[in-house]
Amino acid sequence: MENSIQVNNLIKTYPHITALNRISFNVAEGELFGFIGPDGAGKTTLFRILTTLLLADSGEASLFGLDAARDFKRIRTITGYMPGRFSLYQDLTVEENLNFFASVFGTTVKENYDLIKDIFSHIEPFKTRLAGKLSGGMKQKLALSCALIHAPKLLVLDEPTTGVDAVSRTEFWQMLKNLQKRGITILVSTPYMDEASLCDRVALFQKGNILSIDTPEQVVNNYDKKLWAVRGVNKYTLIEALKTILAVDSVYAFGDSVHITTTINRLDEKALIEYLSPRTQGPIQVSEIRPNIEDCFLRLMRKEEL
Amino acid sequence: MTQEIVISVKDLVKTFGHFVANDHLTFDVYKGEIFGFLGANGAGKTTAMRILCGLSKPTSGTLMVDGLNVYKQAEAIKKRIGYMSQKFSLYEDLTVTENMRLYGGIYGLSPIQIKRRIEELLDQLELQKQRNTLIADLPLGWRQKLAFSVAIIHRPSIVFLDEPTGGVDPITRRQFWDLIYKASHDGITIFVTTHYMDEAEYCDRVSIMNEGKIVALDKPSVLKEQYGVASMNEVFIRIARNIE
Repeated sequence: MENSIQVNNLIKTYPHITALNRISFNVAEGELFGFIGPDGAGKTTLFRILTTLLLADSGEASLFGLDAARDFKRIRTITGYMPGRFSLYQDLTVEENLNFFASVFGTTVKENYDLIKDIFSHIEPFKTRLAGKLSGGMKQKLALSCALIHAPKLLVLDEPTTGVDAVSRTEFWQMLKNLQKRGITILVSTPYMDEASLCDRVALFQKGNILSIDTPEQVVNNYDKKLWAVRGVNKYTLIEALKTILAVDSVYAFGDSVHITTTINRLDEKALIEYLSPRTQGPIQVSEIRPNIEDCFLRLMRKEEL
Repeated sequence: MTQEIVISVKDLVKTFGHFVANDHLTFDVYKGEIFGFLGANGAGKTTAMRILCGLSKPTSGTLMVDGLNVYKQAEAIKKRIGYMSQKFSLYEDLTVTENMRLYGGIYGLSPIQIKRRIEELLDQLELQKQRNTLIADLPLGWRQKLAFSVAIIHRPSIVFLDEPTGGVDPITRRQFWDLIYKASHDGITIFVTTHYMDEAEYCDRVSIMNEGKIVALDKPSVLKEQYGVASMNEVFIRIARNIE
């Protein structure tokens, strides 16, 4: 498959902060590529450079053979960008916003309606409502429709699911999968680690550095430690007790259990339970588990700090 | 187990014109528990939370917060609770200790109490070295932890957390929850909203709201068993689908 995006040694600094620290990666045509990382990782800076809204200090970025710095006019015609903050005109109606974006790109809603139909049909009943009066989920669908109306080859979505509830998030990812089937390359960023598994490949991003780029499955396979889940009744006393054990390397709460690694990569489960029992309430269960993406992210962050 | 009730809500109704934001909510929150208040966007969580904090009056219903009546004693309630939201918490152009002093003063602590609490919190957060640093110069993760500590500087009975961990890195998110566990262990009741479903599992009990109503309320383990699924995320999605 052809690369649709090639990025080499991209650097961007602001006073006191290196937002991007020599970032390099490629994205294949038609790929759904995710940037996973917390606020301040550099995701927005990177997306703004790729969408030609910001210039890098050094390094190259090309999109479909076009240079992000020089060929900005042509790049803008083939990319759809949905910024993290809702950026449509709040005082225009749903329909007016969509028509406006279509005309800016020299096309009509009718011409590309087929592409947005599945998404726009949810908000079509409200097409005379002002965009500012829409609910969060509807704003998100309108913003995606506007980013798509000129039939872009590349869609860049900056944290489209942040602050959105779990059900709407699931729906949104289904829409992205459908768009991918139509050949659109999609770059998406998210702070939700569980969304990583929905991407073809992910870059784990932290403080301007890419910690890892791989398929979600391979990221998990690369986890270089054994991992155990410990369950108890009282999380607080369980975590405190686990932290007092020297051989325990990391202790992180995960859903209904606590995930731990050990310095020697072995664990005597019986001895652990015996040690914990007088220090925390109720029955304790220990089992070895397969890590998830968030375990991997935590592990890579720790390695980075060492 | 007999548990002391710190928040008691019976038939809470709140309407805005024809819109019913809270439709006969009834629930209790126990002392020292971590109570997760979940729901889709627009389900009515913020409305209910504002009422419990004494910031908005209910249309009808019986509500007690820490033994006080929300209709008549809203001002007294505000002194007994702490509040932290993701959006606003600390003044960026003040230092760490200046923020603590400000909030201590607002909550009516004496200068001696404020001084003592500042040292306690700085030790606990390991922020002694940064005591004179401007908030603007602190990493985001530290700000969140500090914001939480400031919200409990007056040792409130209850602290309300409105999506406290949005956008925070996974290590900081867990350090933040360590603080929550500690506060709960010390007897402070935690009332928290979140969109991270794994955090829902950290709660002692969770309620799930949909279109102004509470549609589920129990321990995460009980809800998972009831719906026959492995995670709270699936519970949440099942419930939403059932309603549709």
